[in-house]
Amino acid sequence: MNQETTPSADRQAPSVRDLKARLPQHPSVKSTVALMIPCYIDVFYPEVGVATLELLEKLRVDVVYPFDQTCCGQPMANSGCYQEAHATEELFVKNFADFDCIVTPSGSCTHHVRDKFTAAPDSAARRKVSASVYDLVEFLHDILQVTEFPWARFEHKVALHNSCSAIRGIGLASMSERVHDPVFSKPKNLLERVPGVQFCDFERPDECCGFGGSFSVTEEAVAAKMGYDKVEFMHNSGAEYIVSSDMSCLMHMQGCTKRLGMDLKVLHIAQILNGASQ
Amino acid sequence: MSVVDQAKAAEEFMEDQTHEQHLDKLLWMLRVRRDEAARRVPEWEQLRDLASEIKEHTLSNLAHYLEMFESRAKANGVIVHWAQDAHEHNEIVYKILSDRGVDMLAKSKSMLTEECETTRFLENRGIRVAETDLGERIQQLDDQPPSHIVGPSWHKTPQDVAAVFARAYGSDKENADPAYLAGVMRANTRPIIVEAKAGMTGANFAVAETGAIVTVTNEGNADLVANVPKLRICSVGLEKIVPKTEHLAVFIRLLTRSATGYSITQYTSHFRAPRQGGEMHVILVDNGRSSRLGMEKFWPSLKCIRCAACMNTCPVYRRSGGLSYGSTYMGPIGIILMPTFDARRYSELPFSSTLNGSCTNVCPVKINIHEQIYAWREVMEEKGQIQLAKKVAMIAAGEVLSNPKLYRIAAASADPSLSILPRFAIYNRLNAWGKHREIPQPGKETFHDWYRKNRSQAGSKESQQ
Repeated sequence: MNQETTPSADRQAPSVRDLKARLPQHPSVKSTVALMIPCYIDVFYPEVGVATLELLEKLRVDVVYPFDQTCCGQPMANSGCYQEAHATEELFVKNFADFDCIVTPSGSCTHHVRDKFTAAPDSAARRKVSASVYDLVEFLHDILQVTEFPWARFEHKVALHNSCSAIRGIGLASMSERVHDPVFSKPKNLLERVPGVQFCDFERPDECCGFGGSFSVTEEAVAAKMGYDKVEFMHNSGAEYIVSSDMSCLMHMQGCTKRLGMDLKVLHIAQILNGASQ
Repeated sequence: MSVVDQAKAAEEFMEDQTHEQHLDKLLWMLRVRRDEAARRVPEWEQLRDLASEIKEHTLSNLAHYLEMFESRAKANGVIVHWAQDAHEHNEIVYKILSDRGVDMLAKSKSMLTEECETTRFLENRGIRVAETDLGERIQQLDDQPPSHIVGPSWHKTPQDVAAVFARAYGSDKENADPAYLAGVMRANTRPIIVEAKAGMTGANFAVAETGAIVTVTNEGNADLVANVPKLRICSVGLEKIVPKTEHLAVFIRLLTRSATGYSITQYTSHFRAPRQGGEMHVILVDNGRSSRLGMEKFWPSLKCIRCAACMNTCPVYRRSGGLSYGSTYMGPIGIILMPTFDARRYSELPFSSTLNGSCTNVCPVKINIHEQIYAWREVMEEKGQIQLAKKVAMIAAGEVLSNPKLYRIAAASADPSLSILPRFAIYNRLNAWGKHREIPQPGKETFHDWYRKNRSQAGSKESQQ
């Protein structure tokens, strides 16, 4: 009988100690950090990439943007098409294997590279890349342990959305189903350091928004209904902004709010932490 | 049989907003109750671990415990049958009934007999079959299969039920009061139980050390159909075995809390022997289970105790309705079970999920459901069961995204209708994104181009290939 694999959704957040062991502590981060910009941010939300870069620079991190990067392979792999993801994942390994730390403003891409990066054959380089990737929030919260964003101020009501990859994949926040676990939220911890941010509680806070990668078009009707319900809960809470560390969820929810004519804007957490005022 | 198109069926279910909203609210309430119930049990997570380990142990020694069950049950006076597949199961049931001249069978809940399509088999051979549990009966009268494994008719509103009963029983179709409808049900099913010469139930658990069958119910019909007629048949899937009575304590505490948030059901009944002067038959059914046990990635699905917590928490199930899956088992557990029966027919089910992982977290026996859904997608690729249009789009996406130069060209010409992004997503139902949502607009320039302009020295590192 095979050993049961530990379900990743049940995995506890990586301990701060483990993460810190991999990198010297801020402000003496000696390693160069590779910035990975997800494909949909590159094309549709370049300002989120810029905010991520500027924020890391403000925090005196030495950042390099490998120019030949494209995508982590998730769009294909998530659709079952791992053969089609093979070359893209190999390219990713080639672009990023030289770095001890890869930072990306996406819990979803982080989860893919860390836990589901199996389209290309196993290799030392692949394993290194999987072990070196961090979501931006993890990097700020656990490694740099940033407690101040002196340049930031955001005088608005915010509905904080954590993606399912962020919550149940990489442990950025506690999971509502795990009722005995301590409640925590790393994105919230960071945003609480920005003066002016008012959090709005809304119904079903960690229910999936309905994006789900290719699901958002293959199951368009259900995806849209989930999105409509999600943004309605947020709108009812009085929020002016939906803030998330995953732009793909925001792309989906923005599509919903615009279609519904709802006055509810979206911002990536990097934009607020970098000092966006609206 | 053709490939089940869950997405299309879900869209049809949602057309009339009433039903989608009704189901979503009802099941979310059960999810909330489940959370509250789990909160009241401090050792909840330890119970889940324990339940998972007991199931894993039992499945690892299945032959041993099945034989133990058989010998103990026989010693109790039960007649034990073994059925390799659905057909053999149905033949056994038919033979038991026809040998004794039974022309009417009263049934209480059994998903296994749904799996085996036992009712149709018997009715084609002249034996009437009547469901006695409320949800199953409503579905039978409406000529629909169950849409949920705990509440088979939960997708129906009380008004729908009133209409079904009015048609079948001539009751008041305007009266959707649940107490009234329950009264109509009782008045019409109790005579069936009295009249039937045989009763049939499923089993929640079969205890190896005692040879007992355990059913966990609320309405008590399992007890009636098991005790009123002299002949009783019980169909049991191989995976229902638990080693000892003491292990039930773990499962009973988890089952109802996970299913409905109640601490326990009205009836937890242990059946060990035939009633006086009666006969009790137990049919142990494989129907694909032993081959599933041999599947490296998918055997943990056999731990399932059919609580349906994964359905209640699933945001896709709640909007889609259970009938959209076109299968005996639906929702997250259905997605990982059904392809083991027919990989082609259910090849699209693994894509009816956002992989959000909530199902895995609520599962009382810790089945890694969402990871298995992901793994089934890969199996569909291996089996050549990815839809052609999707496959073609993914080959194109894979070529562009693995080639920096091609990717740059595609990204630079990013027009929502032309670009590969999100065309990798918009493939078969063209412009599907835009049906209910605005399409994202590309930025004035890509991040890549911004970086080259604004952090120019790094630009020299760009590939010249």
